[in-house]
Amino acid sequence: MKMLHTNLHEIESAAELEKMISEHENVMVCCGRMGPMCIPVYEVMEELEEERTHVKFAVMAFDSPEAGIIRNAPEARGFMGLPFTMYYKNGIVARATSSIQSMDQVTGILDEHFSASPVENA
Amino acid sequence: MDELYDVIIVGAGAAGLSAGIYTSRARLSTLILNEGAVGGQMVLTNEIANYPGVETTSGYMLAGTMKKQAKAFGCKIRSNIRIERYDLKGSEKRIILEDGREFRSRSVILAPGGKPRSLNIPGEELYKGTGISYCATCDGDFFTGKEIAVVGGGNSALEEAVTLTNYASKVTVVHQFDHFQAFQHAINEAKSNPKIEFIMESELRRFSGNGVLEEVTIEHLPSGEISILQVDGVFIFVGYMPNTSSLQGVVHLNDRQEIVVDEKLQTDISGVFAAGDCIPKRFRQVTTAVADGTVAALSASEFLRS
Repeated sequence: MKMLHTNLHEIESAAELEKMISEHENVMVCCGRMGPMCIPVYEVMEELEEERTHVKFAVMAFDSPEAGIIRNAPEARGFMGLPFTMYYKNGIVARATSSIQSMDQVTGILDEHFSASPVENA
Repeated sequence: MDELYDVIIVGAGAAGLSAGIYTSRARLSTLILNEGAVGGQMVLTNEIANYPGVETTSGYMLAGTMKKQAKAFGCKIRSNIRIERYDLKGSEKRIILEDGREFRSRSVILAPGGKPRSLNIPGEELYKGTGISYCATCDGDFFTGKEIAVVGGGNSALEEAVTLTNYASKVTVVHQFDHFQAFQHAINEAKSNPKIEFIMESELRRFSGNGVLEEVTIEHLPSGEISILQVDGVFIFVGYMPNTSSLQGVVHLNDRQEIVVDEKLQTDISGVFAAGDCIPKRFRQVTTAVADGTVAALSASEFLRS
């Protein structure tokens, strides 16, 4: 059952997340709630989804038991602020952030880890 | 060359979107340029129960509806842009973005809103999300059974300190003055809570830790004495400031960096208006921002017809 009211694809199970990161080279998943620290990150992702077609953007409800795959990830150890945002490159966590992130911070990470190659843009 | 708009609105919070609804419905070609998320501070409110005509809604939903209304009337919205500079003096106003794009209009409504103040001390950015938070509702449960500090002395700080005692074993409120600015009932509730302690006339100087936040350095202002407080988390509630740094020297700002306006919400520049949290006022609510946006839009319409 979907719990987040965004225009982004909502991942509903750990299996779906694993399938997504195995099928897409670049995946950004924001795991949060409909709260004040999370919504601005969803807004940024919605803006970027149109222009960064080489990146798969998705959200996942933090309170879903299935989100344990992100909550308990080693890369999220010590995180104490929503949302937990994971950036997967070829199925591996390339970067993880905790708490609110600005457009500049998100695009900085995308540029560093998910820079589009000519093939991907073709 | 880009089209010459009748109105460019800077900001897509409650004031900017309301202005956009009114000007675009008046068939004025309207562009909203927005540096952050559509909805501004409004989307940071979980529940809005006092917006007339709507029993209860979330700020996110209300912002989404306002955006849809504005677009339905033909208003264009460009979000997450970065404005480099303004040229507003002449009859043709120009706004230049960091990426070199330039937008022109016959009038401008400035509604850039406000943002939560940060402390701007060493370690704040580093430990954001690993001990430092700005939202008790969002992150309180990460600190269950832990010792935390709350920075601030207004209503938000004291009310959130009380909320955080539902999770934390101890909450230390650190405040720069010898008295609180909060309402008396909020002060009484915080002072009567056995889990809350107070450090007055003091400011944080540094956040320290090893991967996660472990301690804060505090200066007692009257004596200059430095102390260390061991904490697992710090919640910062030190008020809001207007997003007007890029407007320094462009329009007249007061000493609180708010845009000075007349009763029509016109600034010191002809054809340039301002609305919402960026102008001086006592109360800052979604409803007051909507009212400002409406007045600024009608004033801009009048200006364009004159």
